[in-house]
Parts: sequence; structure tokens; C-alpha cells
Amino acid sequence: MSATQEFRIKWGMVIDLDKCTGCGSCMVACQAENNVAPAEDGLNRRRALNWLLVYRLSNGKPFPDHDIAYLPRPCMQCGKPSCVSVCPVVATTKDEEGGIVSQVTPRCIGCRYCMASCPYHARYFNWHDPVWPAGMEKTLTPDVSVRPRGVVEKCTFCHHRLMAAKDRAYAEGRDPEKLPDGAYVTSCTEACPNGAISFGDVNNPEHKVHELIKSPYAFRLLERLGTDPQVWYVSRREWVRRLGDNYLNNEPTKG
Amino acid sequence: MEGKNYNLPADAAFFPEGVERCSLLRFVLHLVPIVLLGLWGGYAAFRVLASGLGVTALDDYFGFGLWIAFDLGVIALGAGAFFSGALRYLLNIDKLKNIINLAVIVGFLCYSGAMLILVLDIGQPLRAWFGYWHPNVHSMLTEVIFCITCYCLVLIIEYVPLMLENRQVVKNRFAHALAHNFHLIMPLFAGIGAFLSTFHQGSLGGMYGVLFARPYVFRDGFFIWPWTFFLYILSAVGCGPMFTVLVATFMEKITGRKLVSWDVKLLMGKICGVMFSIYMVFKLIDTVAWIFGILPDAGMTFNQMFYGWIYGRWLLFAELIVCGVLPAYLLLRARYRERPALFYISGLLACTGVVINRYVMTVQTLAMPVLPFDRWETYAPNWAEWGASAMVFAYAWIVVALSYRYLPIFPQERELNKK
Repeated sequence: MSATQEFRIKWGMVIDLDKCTGCGSCMVACQAENNVAPAEDGLNRRRALNWLLVYRLSNGKPFPDHDIAYLPRPCMQCGKPSCVSVCPVVATTKDEEGGIVSQVTPRCIGCRYCMASCPYHARYFNWHDPVWPAGMEKTLTPDVSVRPRGVVEKCTFCHHRLMAAKDRAYAEGRDPEKLPDGAYVTSCTEACPNGAISFGDVNNPEHKVHELIKSPYAFRLLERLGTDPQVWYVSRREWVRRLGDNYLNNEPTKG
Repeated sequence: MEGKNYNLPADAAFFPEGVERCSLLRFVLHLVPIVLLGLWGGYAAFRVLASGLGVTALDDYFGFGLWIAFDLGVIALGAGAFFSGALRYLLNIDKLKNIINLAVIVGFLCYSGAMLILVLDIGQPLRAWFGYWHPNVHSMLTEVIFCITCYCLVLIIEYVPLMLENRQVVKNRFAHALAHNFHLIMPLFAGIGAFLSTFHQGSLGGMYGVLFARPYVFRDGFFIWPWTFFLYILSAVGCGPMFTVLVATFMEKITGRKLVSWDVKLLMGKICGVMFSIYMVFKLIDTVAWIFGILPDAGMTFNQMFYGWIYGRWLLFAELIVCGVLPAYLLLRARYRERPALFYISGLLACTGVVINRYVMTVQTLAMPVLPFDRWETYAPNWAEWGASAMVFAYAWIVVALSYRYLPIFPQERELNKK
């Protein structure tokens, strides 16, 4: 088991599930921003590429007590990623300030061991060559490489945006290692119409997320497995928080 | 000049000294369906390489499927090569010389077959060498890549002298000298083989045991090695030699000739009985620790580990009891082991149990939802996956058939078939 690596800067995401309506804007924005190829068979959810996927949660109760929630799931950028230590060719690493788990697609051999290790299903394999409908290739983001068939890909917290924000800071004579709140946000954060997604450096008291993660209603997915995710969720509904982890019947919900 | 005996098969000059073989026509005809099977498998492999893994039934939930289970299964069954080799050359159990050649061939086929499948199974086969170029020393899979390829080379080195012993080839002085010298250094390669194979059998188990976010397979362990590391070694040495015996017996049934004496088979069975029993003791302890330790820690219960018929409790029962404790007991007790029917059934059960173990650890692990709001998924391999596996089976059949026909792999054959 790999040990948790600590970074001075820790880019984190906080998603308020009580604000999320499941509209899917975040998914679309992610898809467009990161040049995620349209799936050959979009109905096959087990083969569709979704770096960010919105799950529908239900409390399982009949009307009138029935309640639902939507849970957007990007890569958790785990503090102790199960995927990094297993990759045989160092194609995925967690070694950069900020704690984003990288995916080096030109080095990936496509063994899919990282996918087997990830309990969040945040990793996707390119089962087919990427094909865009005619003309759509002109809309590709120039800062993001497209991936070939046979490699694994995943959410990178829009890492190219971090690079761009750092470049901007250099150009403006600011310290690129001290980006102000909002200088670097992911495309899903930007696209959410309800402001359900917040993004920033959770170690930096000047960033909003620093406070948000301290909420008594904040939780992380599958925390007890020890992955130490860098994505927090917030919900005032106890049943939603309980679905964030596996509990034995006699155990109380955290948070 | 010696006259040609037209009663003998056309290729009789290539047969090992003093043994009988069927006619060349009969031999070729028996290979026809196998070759057709191999061609179908070859087409499947071609489609996978040409069009990518999209032609398989694998998906983002089941990144591992039939092929990985197949690889792990055949590598465990092929463990007869390294374990029998170690016993024969390092511990000097002389009797095993009568079956060691077949063990080497079976081992070579299992490992080379597994490597063939792995080439298909990775998304970027042309980058397969990255495992050497960019190795991640923390990954169990890196160890597997290193050890499997190195051990396959060792098996080739062990197989080459057998090929050189063909009656015609050995007439060549160089081939004769080479075969002789290879035999002299065989204990060295048996040692290297034992080391490499032990480690990668363990690493294959370790591959699953380290998945700390997958409660179905995660295990604690000793130092950097999860318990599955040791369980895989024990299970492989517990069933591998028995698989070699089963292959020898199957060959006897097909050819109608005695190839290995009963006492040699019994010795292999005894060795397996001891090793498989040790394995079962630890496997049962491991299962109890998993139920009462790992699962509650992950907030899960034993009942959550099963789903319907396809991933039902019967798999665990079959693996641990019917194909676990039962064959271990039957092989361990001399009075049961010495009855041929019970002996062979026990061998079959033990091998089946280990294959079930490899299957559930590969597929059921991935089928089980870890996220509380996710659901069970099911997986069934498609024609491309079955086809490629069939290709390996056909390849193994053909190599075994050719080896049996032309190479002196069974030292006892002449003696056992004296009329």
C-alpha cells in the first residue's frame, strides 16, 4: 500500500449535492474541454467515456418520502491513489505540487490494472479509435492531447488550465505557486449553473474550499478504504451522506 | 544399405528409439480439427490486433476478464514445471526424471500461451516492452512482467535440449554436444526457474491482494506481500504437478500407450497432496480473516460478496470444499490416493479449484459494486475472447503432439510397453 503524499498545495473540489440538479452541464463541459471522443455506442454505459459522470442516488423510499440526489463523480485525485502504485510502467503518477493524479497516455500500455484498482470507476479505456463527427474536430481544445485506441484516460482536474493559470501568473509577475482563488478552476466548476461545484486549494485559507471542507455535512466517497480523496461532497441529507460510504447496519453515518 | 521397412510410418526415422507411433496419415488427420480450431482462434487474435479490444466483451467495469483468468489459471497449472524441476534437480528426487520432460513442455506451453494472450490483452501491444523501459518498482505487475518473460526464457532453455534429442537431430555432433552441456547446467536453470516462478506466482496473487480499495480481494500480509502472494504460490505448487500427471494420463488414453509408471504418478500425487493441504489450511484461515476482518473494516458483509447464480455462494463452496478440502484430503491419505479413480478425480478437482480461485479473484472482484449506489455487473466473454483462448489450446495440443511423436520425453515408455 502506498503512503499518503503531502503537498503544500492541494487542489480539491467540493460538490454541494443539495444544489446539484443533475442537469449534466458538468459532463458536457468536461467532454468538450478535454477532447473526450464521442462513444461508438453511447447507450453502452460500460464503454462510454465520461471523465465526469453524474450518478442518480435514491433513498429507496416510496412516495411521499421518496427523495433523490445527483452525484457528479470526477477522478477523486486520491491522496493515496490505488491506481498509481499498481501501474507497471509509471504511466500514472502523483508527484506534482497540487496533488493531481496524472495520466501519461503516451506511456500507457493499456493493461487496465489501474481500472481494476479504482473503486470509483473513474478510469476509462479507449476501446475504439477516437472519431469525431465531420467538422467537430475543429472544436477540439488545442491544449489537450487526444488519446489513441488502447490507452486509459481519466479526469485530470483540467490540468492544462492549471498550466495556463501559472503561465498567466508568470506573465503578470505574480507567484505561480500562489494562485488566488478562482485563478484556476476546472471546466465543470465553470459550467455548473447552480454553483454546486467549488474548486481551489484546500490547504490555502484564502480559498473558499478551505472552509467548505470543514462543514459538518462534508464527506468523501469510500473514505474508510483509505484512498484519501481530494473531492468532497456536501449534503444536509443524512441518507445522501450515508450513501457516500459502506456502513454496517449498526454503524452511525459520519458527518 | 539398410532396406526400408514399409510397415513403419513414413516418418519412423524421427521417432524416439524403440517406441511405436501411429501412421503419419492418422497423426495428421487427428490434427485437422485442432488446426481448424487454431485457425479460428488466429482469426480472433487478428481481429483483436487489427481492430482493437473493442471486438471483445471487455469493458470499463471488466477491464480484466476471461483472458486474465485464463492466464492466471494456466500459469498456476504450469507450475508443475518449476516445482517438479526444483524437486528433481535441487532436491535430487530421482524418480521425477520420468515425468520432468513433460512438466517442462507443459510449463513452457502454459507460459508462452499466457504471454500470447497478454499481447492481445494489452491495449497497446507495441508498447509491451515499456514494462522493462519504464518499470514501476512498486507494482506487482512489473514483477510479473519481468519474471514471466525471464522464466519463459528459462523454459525455452530447458525445452531446447529435449528438441535436440530427436533421433535425427542428435546425430549432428554440435547438437549432441549442446544437448549434453545443457543437461549439465540444468540444475542451475532449475534453480533460476524455481526462484523466478515462485516470485511471479506470488506476484500474481499479490496483484490482487494489494488492491486496498477492492474489498473482495484486498488482504493484509507480511511486509510488502499480501497473503494472496503466498496463497498463490502454495496453490500453484499444490495443483501444478497434478496437472502434469493429468496431461500424461490424458496422453496415455489418446495414444493407448503407457507413458509414466503408476508409482511416479503416485509420488507426484503425494507431493501435491501435502502442498495442497498446506494451501487449504492457509486458504481457510485467510477466508475467515477476510470475513471477520477485511470486510467489516470496509463496512461490508459476507453476504454482499455474492450475487445471483453467476456470482453465487456456490463458487466459494466449490472452490473451498468440493475442489479444495476434499481433493486435499483424498490426495493426502495413501489409501484413497492409491485408488486410481479417486486419484485422478482428486487431481481434476484440485486443478478446478485453483482455476475457480483465479476466476473469482479476477472477475467477481470487478463485478462487485464498491460504491454503495453502484450495482452488480455481469460479464460473459464473447467469441473473440474464447477464440483467442482456443488458439492457445490448439497451439499447446499441436506442440505436445509433435513432442510426443518425435522427442524422447518419456524415459519409461519403452520399458512400460514391452510386449
